Amino acid sequence: MKTFAELNFPGRLIAVEGLDGSGKSTQIYLLKRWLEAIGVRVYFSEWNSSELVKSATSKGKKRELLTPTTFSLIHATDFADRYERHLLPLLRAGYIVLCDRYIFTAFGRDVVRGCPPAWVRGIYNFAALPDITFFFKADLEVSLARILDGRPKLKFFEAGMDLRLSSDPYESFRIFQGRILEQYLGMSEEFNFVVIDANSRVEVQQERLRRVVEERIDLSRFQRRTPLPLPPSVPRGFKKMELDDEPVE
Amino acid sequence: MSRKNHIIVPLPSKRQFYGHGIPGVRLEQLVGKLIVVEGADGSGRSTQIARLVDWLETSGHATVQVGLKRSTLVSEELQRAQGGNILSRTTLSLFYATDFADQLENIILPALKAGFIVLADRYIYTLMARDMVRGMDEEWLKNLYGIALVPDAVFYLAVDAEELVQRNLSKNAALDYWESGMDLGLSRDMFDSFLQYQKAMESAFRELQKTYGFTIVDGNKSVDEVTRALRKKMDAVLAGA
Repeated sequence: MKTFAELNFPGRLIAVEGLDGSGKSTQIYLLKRWLEAIGVRVYFSEWNSSELVKSATSKGKKRELLTPTTFSLIHATDFADRYERHLLPLLRAGYIVLCDRYIFTAFGRDVVRGCPPAWVRGIYNFAALPDITFFFKADLEVSLARILDGRPKLKFFEAGMDLRLSSDPYESFRIFQGRILEQYLGMSEEFNFVVIDANSRVEVQQERLRRVVEERIDLSRFQRRTPLPLPPSVPRGFKKMELDDEPVE
Repeated sequence: MSRKNHIIVPLPSKRQFYGHGIPGVRLEQLVGKLIVVEGADGSGRSTQIARLVDWLETSGHATVQVGLKRSTLVSEELQRAQGGNILSRTTLSLFYATDFADQLENIILPALKAGFIVLADRYIYTLMARDMVRGMDEEWLKNLYGIALVPDAVFYLAVDAEELVQRNLSKNAALDYWESGMDLGLSRDMFDSFLQYQKAMESAFRELQKTYGFTIVDGNKSVDEVTRALRKKMDAVLAGA
């Protein structure tokens, strides 16, 4: 498997991975704000968000129809839809694409659910690797506390209840998350994760993210040459400027 | 009970998955039989399945039928996606695989465990052939469908493309968009596209036959002749061959 840079895509993909409650969504949001502010063409994509597949996924989850195999396949379908319809064209067009979770989420979660690792990886082998993957490593108890402190109502699959680890959803969630963490740690070296200490302060983490991104990606190539869009009322005869020029080589 | 009314109890066959299979399934418990009928629209699949069901049930066997796009999980969404032709290739392929897996785990496997004879109106081979014709990687498909159970018999009803056109037109007075492979852009002329597409599907099936070794039945023959060929093989299957 190769990264988008290795495949000569003009765009770059940055992914964040980690347990629920590790703070990765906050961090990728802040990264997006920064990139936008410095005029980089950026697109943000979330796991499990393809419109078309959503209705099947939510039906399957609500009615508890999913097995480990169908759970894995329906998420792969969702991913493929976003990958082929959004990510690929944007990366071809030279965007920086930010992904809140990428294929490693499936690698970890589906394997914990009992799917054979080689089968899961084979299914996702149509996808290129991210150019940077940040892994937010927090103590299990810290992540659990962030999610569980409010005693939220945990959803069936979210808590891993389908694995029959415990009849108590909170206990089940703990065991399930613990196993996913093991999977992440096992993949960290293989996939070159940039490990972020998710127990540290938000600002400290963000500083590190921005520094790594700057070091590894020549951001000037992704900046819009022209200013941000003009105000809506353009005087007659005014020459409209090109908004999305090709990146400067 | 007289010899004539004796109901044969099918002998269990040695079961296996094509690849990794479904986690946690105990193969030795699957005592029923899985019979697959493959072929294009108009090849006589439904007619032959209906006849097999009649014959099997009157002979004392319990049957269950499955087919593509019939899962509780995704059939509606799949129908909608196909209607709009908005999904790209990998996505559609995975969507179909989800539909297949849902039926495999929720209908096929439990029915086999209960000793039923499961008749599948198409199986993974159609799904693979369709994707191969559209340029998808065969190894990727083989891994994906490594979840599938190896059937006891697979019949491929081979009918010439020219004959298929006639049968489809006499039945519906129209050709189906997908069965004509219109998404491939082979020809803007539907009639032309149908012929080219069905020929490509036929050769994809013959390619798959080399790996999966199914029984090719000449579907150009009369309905009765085809039924006779199917039953002959079925007798052997029920006897545990």
